[in-house]
Amino acid sequence: MTTLEPATDAAQDNLAALESEAIHIFREVAGEFDRPVILFSGGKDSTLLLHLAIKAFWPAPVPFPLLHVDTGHNFDEVIAFRDEVVRKHGLRLIVAHVQDWIDDGRLAERPDGTRNPLQTQPLLDTIAEHRFDAVFGGGRRDEERARAKERIFSLRNAFGQWEPRRQRPELWNLYNGRHRPGEQVRVFPLSNWTEADVWHYINREGVELPSIYFAHQRKVYERDGMLLTEGPWGGPRPGEDVRELSVRYRTVGDGSCTGAIESTASTVDEVIAEVLASRLTERGATRADDRLSEAAMEDRKREGYF
Amino acid sequence: MSSLLRLATAGSVDDGKSTLVGRLLYDTKSVLADQLDAVTRASVDRGLSTPDLSLLVDGLRSEREQGITIDVAYRYFATPRRSFVLADTPGHVQYTRNTVTGASTAQLAVLLVDARKGVVEQTRRHAAVLALLGVPRLVLAVNKIDLVDYDEAVFAVIANEFATHATSLGYAEGDVLSIPVSALQGDNVAVKSERTPWYAGPTLLEHLEEVPVAPDPHDAAFRFPVQYVIRPRTAEYPDYRGYAGQIAAGSVRPGDEVVVLPHGLRSRVAAIDTADGRLAEAGSGTSVTLLLEDDLDISRGDLIAIADRAPRVTDELTAALCWLSNKPLAAGARVLVKHGARTVQALVDEIGSRFDEQTLTTVDSPETLALNDIGTVSLRLAEELPVDDYADSPRTGAFLVIDPKDGDTLAAGLIGERFA
Repeated sequence: MTTLEPATDAAQDNLAALESEAIHIFREVAGEFDRPVILFSGGKDSTLLLHLAIKAFWPAPVPFPLLHVDTGHNFDEVIAFRDEVVRKHGLRLIVAHVQDWIDDGRLAERPDGTRNPLQTQPLLDTIAEHRFDAVFGGGRRDEERARAKERIFSLRNAFGQWEPRRQRPELWNLYNGRHRPGEQVRVFPLSNWTEADVWHYINREGVELPSIYFAHQRKVYERDGMLLTEGPWGGPRPGEDVRELSVRYRTVGDGSCTGAIESTASTVDEVIAEVLASRLTERGATRADDRLSEAAMEDRKREGYF
Repeated sequence: MSSLLRLATAGSVDDGKSTLVGRLLYDTKSVLADQLDAVTRASVDRGLSTPDLSLLVDGLRSEREQGITIDVAYRYFATPRRSFVLADTPGHVQYTRNTVTGASTAQLAVLLVDARKGVVEQTRRHAAVLALLGVPRLVLAVNKIDLVDYDEAVFAVIANEFATHATSLGYAEGDVLSIPVSALQGDNVAVKSERTPWYAGPTLLEHLEEVPVAPDPHDAAFRFPVQYVIRPRTAEYPDYRGYAGQIAAGSVRPGDEVVVLPHGLRSRVAAIDTADGRLAEAGSGTSVTLLLEDDLDISRGDLIAIADRAPRVTDELTAALCWLSNKPLAAGARVLVKHGARTVQALVDEIGSRFDEQTLTTVDSPETLALNDIGTVSLRLAEELPVDDYADSPRTGAFLVIDPKDGDTLAAGLIGERFA
């Protein structure tokens, strides 16, 4: 997490270098793999990922489908945005509904109601079903300590598991995509981007985002220091007072564990100014799932999560 | 001045690299309140009275359990003057391969030594690896200077010994700087220490902000590995055929006469396309799509080069290898070579020499290359490759050695006779 600065000429050069690197990675995967797929949730990082994929193959269409693992605990605005993007670019979207796994007994609802950790099994099952061999994710190394250790090409075993001690060295811009049948490679073209880079690039390129990234009036209640909104994930519980506030979201994920922040930032410029002044990281501010333990993200990655 | 500096850390275990990196992040205010809270909580849990800054960077469970860094991690921080991408690499001997990983793209490396121990074998080994990879500049951070009572004489001995070593590896005097620091106390990291009045040089952070980044040579010959052929076959672009890739060296303009290797077909550049429009010129590092005047059969793995300064095309390579695998290499081994966007089969004809990083001498005709060894080999390739020497053009002079059985990356390859 770096300090945010207004985008200078030098910063624009930096964005150009990051864009070139991401485009290079997309083309390597298209050249070396048989069945790649882009994980797409409609959030800002995956929207940026798709924007870069479109640029990488222009004027040809993006040669991969999209995959969304849908917890069923979504923000309506994000699902509407997701479907509109898919329609506008003529893409193919595969949706894995966590609810289907709960309904037929392959997964059980957790006592705390959050479905974020439940995404791993549907993700792995869907990868196996479609025989995807490369899976693009929007993960950035600046997000979290365990992510900082992640390679751009991350080999996963047949169970989708990450083994940090057995990662391949990654040298120059020569990416090794070799894998055995059943193994897959997770690919992170945004590895070297920071939250600041993402917002500056969104600003420069005029990338559209779901409306909940910008300030709006919403009924929220406070739990564990986070502002949660009403939804199918349950809440408010007795004693949790609902208030209507001007809020926005810094990250978009499962509604049960993604908090809003109080904000009046309604344009990209205002969001950049606000992020610049924040003393909290985006995950620290709004993601309950990373607070479960000191190594929560690492443990989920070892299970097959991104 | 460049806005971005890519740097790598290196050093032996327990010399305080993670603490130094944590200190850099902390002193540049790149650590936000929730991250610091988490570190403070974890430090209290471990019975410490002050926050252990190494916990900011040691992200893996087993790293925190053992108090060591296992795997290379990438950190991002910025000052008003520059942005930094830092490859934080482990010091353990069995993880030296990660130093190679971190250093392959670095413009500067910070080597740490413990002031009480001075230059040790691992320091020499790392400096040799950094020199081989052509990292342009080195900084020796003489850490834990507080534990030798900020003694100028101790620092001077270490700095001199290192300067001599670096010079013997080919570094010029101006490309190497030693700085007395205490990562734990913060001396000379971001803030000039009053406890080293005898030291007149910059703090580590000042040096990182000011050090010039060697620009790409202006006269480098144009090199473009074709990654992917873009053929939309849509109503709007029925006949479009573009060659997509990232420029590995030099620059290109429409009208330039180019040669497509290994076949040797010639044409001219008709246009340079990007999703944002056509370009009048494109330089090294840029991802573009080239259109040529003639309809040639070009595919992924081919290399487009400027016609009058083309690379050599060969099926025999002499190269230095940094051996990164636990499986040793013996002559006669069959491997894969990934060069640019092409992967070819190869046979290891001979291991010519092994570099001894301790004595800085070479051993002729060793039986094998083992983990962390650097050696010179001759390779016979199943197909011809267009190649440059690493010293002339790193991106087209580098390759990976891959195990055909399980796909593991075995070695970093650098074409040329550097250590022969």
